[in-house]
Amino acid sequence: MSCQTWQAKLDLYLDGELSSDGMRAFDAHVRTCPSCAADGLARVQMKRAIKTAGQRYSPSADFRRRVQKSIAAKPQRSWTLNWRFATVAVVLLVAVGLAGTLLRRQGLARERIFTEVADLHVASMAGNTPVDVVSTDRHTVKPWFQGRIPFSFNLPELQGSDFSLIGGRVAYLNQAPGAQLVYQIRKHKISVFIFQDQLIRDGLSDNSDVSRKAAFSAGTWSQDGLRYFLIGDAAADDLRNLEILLKNAAKG
Amino acid sequence: MCVSEGWPQPGSFEDLAMPLFDQLYNFAHWLTQNQEEAEDLVQETYVKALKGFGSFQPGTNFRAWMYRILRNSFLTSRTGLRATMTVALDPDVGAPELADHSGTPESILIERSNQELLQSVIAELPVNFREILLLCEVEEMSYQEIADTLVVPVGTVMSRLSRARKALRELVQLKLKRTA
Repeated sequence: MSCQTWQAKLDLYLDGELSSDGMRAFDAHVRTCPSCAADGLARVQMKRAIKTAGQRYSPSADFRRRVQKSIAAKPQRSWTLNWRFATVAVVLLVAVGLAGTLLRRQGLARERIFTEVADLHVASMAGNTPVDVVSTDRHTVKPWFQGRIPFSFNLPELQGSDFSLIGGRVAYLNQAPGAQLVYQIRKHKISVFIFQDQLIRDGLSDNSDVSRKAAFSAGTWSQDGLRYFLIGDAAADDLRNLEILLKNAAKG
Repeated sequence: MCVSEGWPQPGSFEDLAMPLFDQLYNFAHWLTQNQEEAEDLVQETYVKALKGFGSFQPGTNFRAWMYRILRNSFLTSRTGLRATMTVALDPDVGAPELADHSGTPESILIERSNQELLQSVIAELPVNFREILLLCEVEEMSYQEIADTLVVPVGTVMSRLSRARKALRELVQLKLKRTA
C-alpha cells in the first residue's frame, strides 16, 4: 500500500474507526514511516487542541437546578394513619433494620468482588500481552478455552457492531477459573469476565447492573448459571450495548 | 436493568438525561453563540425529550437521541434557520478528500495562548462544520453516533468531517498570517 493510501486512512485511524486488523496494520506502518508518523502526530495535536478549546461553555448551577426541577418526577404520597398502619409500620421498621444489616454485608462483598475484577482488568491491560489467545474470530477464541475452564459459553457475532474481539485468557476469581475476553470499541478496551455463578455470586444480584467504579464503567449479571462481568474505560452505554450482544449470544 | 448505587436508574428519564447536561449545554452554546439562547435551547430539548421519552427504545443510543433533539430544535429556531440559510452547504458526496497536511497550524496551536484563536476559528466555521467537529473531537462520538445524531449516512460523516478539518486548518492559517 502506498503512503498516499495510508494518508487517506489517517483520520480513520486517529478517530478509532479502523477495524482491529486495520489498526494493527496502521500501527506497523507508522512505526516505519516518518512522514505518516509526523502527520499523525500533528493531527493528534490538532485533535487535542480542538477538544480543549471546544470545552468552553459551562452551565450555571442555577440553570441546572431549574432544568432538573422541570423534569423531575414528582413522588406520589398518600398519608393515611391509623393503628393498623402503625402496627405494619413497626413490623416493617424491624424488617428494614435487619435487611439493612444484610444489605450492608452484601454491599461490602459486592465491592470486594468488583475491586478484584478491576484488578484483573488493570493487570491484564498493563501487561505486554493482555490476552493469551490473540484472535478477532470467536470461532478461534471459544474453542481455545475448552479443557482450560470447566464450562463453555457463547460469544456474539460482532459484524455490524462497533466492537471487535482482541482475544482471551484464563482468569481466576475467588480461586475459581473463568474466561477473560478483551473487546475493543474505538480506542477503549473492555474486559468481559465469565465465571460459574455459584462460586462467585456472593453479594451480587441476578439482574444486570452497570455502574461507574472510579475510572471504569463496570457491570454484572447472571445468566444460565454463569456470572458475567464487564469492565472498561468505555462509556456505560457501550458496556450496555456489549451486554445486549453477549446476552443474545448466550441464548443460543 | 436494575440500579446500582450512585448510577442512573435505567428507564428514569432524569437519571439518564442529567449526566449529559453539561455537554449538551456546551454544544448548544457553540451552535447558538449566545448564552440566553443556549439556555432556551437546552431547556426546550429536555422538555421535548421528556415528552417523547416513551418513544425512546431502550438499548439504543440515548446520547445520540438527546443530541438529535437538541440539533433539530436548533435548526427550527430563528437562529438556526438564519445560520443554515446563510451557508452554502457543500455536497457531501464522494470519498473524503486527502487532508492538507502542511503541519504548521497544528504545531503552533499547541500553545495555550492560541486557544482563543482556535475558539474564534471554530465559532467562525459554518454551522455544519462546527457541529460535526464538536461531536467528533469534543464529544468523542463514533462516526455511527454522529450519523445517528445528524441523521446522515456514515459516508457523509466522513466526508463532512474531512472538509470541516480542512476548513479549520485554512481558517487558522489565515488568522495566523493576519496576526503575523
